[in-house]
Amino acid sequence: MRRPRSAIAWMNPEDGDDRPEEAAAAAGAGDAAGASSSSSVAAQGQHQPLEWRFAQVFGERAAGEDVQEVDIISAIEFDKSGDHLATGDRGGRVVLFERTDVRDNASRRELERQDAPITKHPEFRYKTEFQSHEPEFDYLKSLEIEEKINQIRWCQTANNSLSLLSTNDKTIKYWKVQEKKVKQVSVMNLDNSRSVGAGATYASTSSSRALLPNGGCSDKSSCLNSDILFPPGGYPSLRLPVVSSHDVNLVARCRRVYAHAHDYHINSISMNSDGVTFISVDDLRVLLWNLEINSQSFNIIDVKPANMEDLTEVITCAEFHPTQCNTLAYSSSKGSIRLIDLRQSALCDNHSKIFEEHEAPGSRSFFTEIIASISDIKFARDGRYILSRDYMTLKLWDINMDSGPVSTFQVHEHLRPKLCDLYENDSIFDKFECCLSGDGLRVATGSYGNLFRVFGCTPGSTEATTLEASRNPMRRQIVNPTRPARTLTSLARGVRRGGENQGVDANGNSLDFSTKLLHLAWHPMENSIACAAANSLYMYYA
Amino acid sequence: MATNDEPLYPIAILIDELKNEDIQLRLNSIRRLSTIARALGEERTRKELIPFLSENNDDEDEVLLAMAEELGVFIPYVGGVEHAHVLLPPLEALCTVEETCVRDKAVESLCRIGAQMKESDIVDWFVPVVKRLAAGEWFTARVSSCGLFHIAYPSASDQLKAELRNIYGQLCQDDMPMVRRAAASNLGKFAATVEQNYLKTEIMSIFDDLTQDDQDSVRLLAVEGCAALGKLLEPQDCVAHILPVIVNFSQDKSWRVRYMVANQLYELCEAVGPEHSREHLVPAYVRLLRDNEAEVRIAAAGKVTKFCKILSPQLAVQHILPCVKELSSDSSQHVRSALASVIMGMAPVLGKDATIEQLLPIFLSLLKDEFPDVRLNIISKLDQVNQVIGIDLLSQSLLPAIVELAEDRHWRVRLAIIEYIPLLASQLGVGFFDDKLGALCMQWLEDKVFSIRDAAANNLKRLAKEFGPEWAMQHIIPQVLEKINNPHYLYRMTILQAISLLAPVMGAEITCQKLLPVVINSSKDRVPNIKFNVAKVLQALIPILDHSVVEKTVKPCLVELSEDPDVDVRYYANQALQACDQIMMSS
Repeated sequence: MRRPRSAIAWMNPEDGDDRPEEAAAAAGAGDAAGASSSSSVAAQGQHQPLEWRFAQVFGERAAGEDVQEVDIISAIEFDKSGDHLATGDRGGRVVLFERTDVRDNASRRELERQDAPITKHPEFRYKTEFQSHEPEFDYLKSLEIEEKINQIRWCQTANNSLSLLSTNDKTIKYWKVQEKKVKQVSVMNLDNSRSVGAGATYASTSSSRALLPNGGCSDKSSCLNSDILFPPGGYPSLRLPVVSSHDVNLVARCRRVYAHAHDYHINSISMNSDGVTFISVDDLRVLLWNLEINSQSFNIIDVKPANMEDLTEVITCAEFHPTQCNTLAYSSSKGSIRLIDLRQSALCDNHSKIFEEHEAPGSRSFFTEIIASISDIKFARDGRYILSRDYMTLKLWDINMDSGPVSTFQVHEHLRPKLCDLYENDSIFDKFECCLSGDGLRVATGSYGNLFRVFGCTPGSTEATTLEASRNPMRRQIVNPTRPARTLTSLARGVRRGGENQGVDANGNSLDFSTKLLHLAWHPMENSIACAAANSLYMYYA
Repeated sequence: MATNDEPLYPIAILIDELKNEDIQLRLNSIRRLSTIARALGEERTRKELIPFLSENNDDEDEVLLAMAEELGVFIPYVGGVEHAHVLLPPLEALCTVEETCVRDKAVESLCRIGAQMKESDIVDWFVPVVKRLAAGEWFTARVSSCGLFHIAYPSASDQLKAELRNIYGQLCQDDMPMVRRAAASNLGKFAATVEQNYLKTEIMSIFDDLTQDDQDSVRLLAVEGCAALGKLLEPQDCVAHILPVIVNFSQDKSWRVRYMVANQLYELCEAVGPEHSREHLVPAYVRLLRDNEAEVRIAAAGKVTKFCKILSPQLAVQHILPCVKELSSDSSQHVRSALASVIMGMAPVLGKDATIEQLLPIFLSLLKDEFPDVRLNIISKLDQVNQVIGIDLLSQSLLPAIVELAEDRHWRVRLAIIEYIPLLASQLGVGFFDDKLGALCMQWLEDKVFSIRDAAANNLKRLAKEFGPEWAMQHIIPQVLEKINNPHYLYRMTILQAISLLAPVMGAEITCQKLLPVVINSSKDRVPNIKFNVAKVLQALIPILDHSVVEKTVKPCLVELSEDPDVDVRYYANQALQACDQIMMSS
């Protein structure tokens, strides 16, 4: 590992010294909410806004600690089952987390023993990490290639190993993470002088010699063997190396590298439902790859004009349909989403559907085009809806309705008067991601001040929650003008915490544009969100 | 111990290195697994080596691949066929790894072993492996199982056979597209072992499901299944079951599936027989030739000749030829290129009159195509049309096409046409060649690009072979030797190269009289590169020349070069001198 992560403590709340207080708070909140809403849950069903609670934090920043640029998280992705979570950072590392509350009974029992409330929410623990990308230099173009992980996509698990694709600006890598036995060769044919040297080589642990009860055995056997003559038909004196393994190590191995195919920066990658092809997408082109073949790819979409001066629109993101192998959607800097049918032709420069919203005439301003640019699109799990995020809004589209979005959610309308400042400090070009819940009932996206918002997207839902990526996600809730506070506990807390906030504007929102929450992911099965605030990974459940 | 047992020492190392840290050494040991097995003896191989290998399945993919391959031929080392089953567990483990090529190799080895096993052993050992893999938790195991059914099935009892068919049916409906793909691509092999009555019922219903799969990638593999199953079914069943599927596939929504049909068309025609092809597949093929997607047209155009061979000439003229005419002016250059590469083969199919009347205009228009590949493809197949209508009708258009290609600004195009010059020369005859092409061949010797000059020199050799030394004396040698005075040393070097190539063809006398003096003269060149190339050429000429000439002329020249101030010249001169001495000694 190039940069050990020693500076950051990967910790669960259980390990934290403030655990009792936190558990009590969570329990208290849970009781209150449970008491007030248990009867109404059934009646209101999906319209009931979710009560979000803090679950875990990894890599929490201590007070006054500086965030290292390389530690800032740049990608988050749950796998299909939701049992694993991967994050990528600007230092080119990929960190894997695994869910502990379903499979691992030991930790559950431990939890119960600790008298903690039995919470049925996903809990994760650090699993492993590896250096996916290194900084490179393109000598032909005199360009530095950052190691920052732009995106991670999980692939089909096979043979008990985890597979994922990670990409930086130029190169996609296919990783396999597998448990590997730490091997210790203890019996060799050749004399001990050799076996001491060679025998210990297989294990990296320095204490391996002591671990071995048969360490002396190897010497004895070689003495014995030297006296024996060879009988006909096989030499009994020959022996196979005896391997003892004590530990298993998680080893990440790069299976394939898909390089030198992109002239521009890769903004997204997406796996096809056929399990063997994927696309990689840069500003102007979409390339189709086969996982098994890294020597060729097919340029299926090319929006590069003959003359670069005619360039008016770039591709910002693309994703395959979750089940239809032939459908692919890509978004553009002009705010449109195009649906492609790969069956129609080999070159997919013509879309089969286009989704865009024409703004009302007269509302145009200098910023209209900039804020229309779509930074992320996601298919809902059933493939019927597409969620898109532009600078100011989240939009939900029905792929059967191309006249306009089904719903539009204002993410941070209070920033509209400040677009000029946001333009000046380049924040207006920030690329916020978005996500949908597994059941497709809610959507979420990030904002500034480490805030993120969750909206209910069923017809008639007024759910619009603002949460802060901190140990106390609901503290900003009271000042959210879109809906009144529901419960006394949150009101009380809101008031109490609200007073502490310095540098908060009239709307209760911080104007700190450097603390932006760009990356977040919704657990595929449950109401659980993982989001990145700088170098910290916060997880919430409802 | 091994230090004392000298003969065992290498084997002992080999065995120890099975667990070496260095992957190259492990790989080396695995590749010599048979040696290790022989040294251990059959019994210990069974009891120790094979279990040892079974535990080794988390090694690097390269090692696993080598292991999968070695185990496939391991039966002799475990004590013969009756012990073959001990080899199954390690291969079964390898059938589940993520890397496709390892799995494929393990399946191949399992099939190889299974093919040798006794029937009862298959039932006792092999079938359980297949069933375990087919029920495997990970898709990799299920994928591998699909390739094993055709080995297991024939030996199984009726009840077991029914079970195996049932399992295969489930694999064809697996959740994972990868498994369905493997099932689709192995269906033909499996079906070949299934009894005719089950073939028509169970297998065909499995197949029908595959042909309607949601995943394009599964359907396009089912296209290959059409050909495989068609050959197994009786003709009337084939027409009833397979033909409609093919016609449907040829109109599939996905261009990739249609491409597959176009690509496999000949095999599909073979499966349904010529009669039904004529009747039912001609409309399908015409649709493919006019497909919206260029990739499909490329595949279809490439099969024009093969398809027409199945049809009667009238049908070909009536249905296919109009499409061919359209394709010859297709908007995609790749379609035209694919057409050009096969269209000459239609001449023998259609006969002389139809060729002159119908095909010739197409040839001529393709010869004038703006895309060099199209023209090259026509020229490369010239012999086929020559046999039918002679070359005269084409020669008027040929020459401008050749000249244009010869002067194309892309050197690869020039290189390609040079390759065809000997073919053209043989087809066009000496007279035409002398008039028109001779000058081109000389011009290429002075091309800007080395590869072209190199190919030009080779071309001269092939021409000299084709037309004989006498002709070469008149038409090649004088022109070539003249160019040795070129002011640029790279061109002079090309001439030296040409001389060394021509000499063996021209024989001792001409070499001695005409070529050698030029080479000797060049040894006085001011450029060292020329001088050491002279040494190299002389070395090449030694076997051709008389000993007296070598003594009198070659050796003194080499001796002089061996005292050259330039180190490289001295090096090559000395090498040539050594070769000289060796030849003198040996004779």
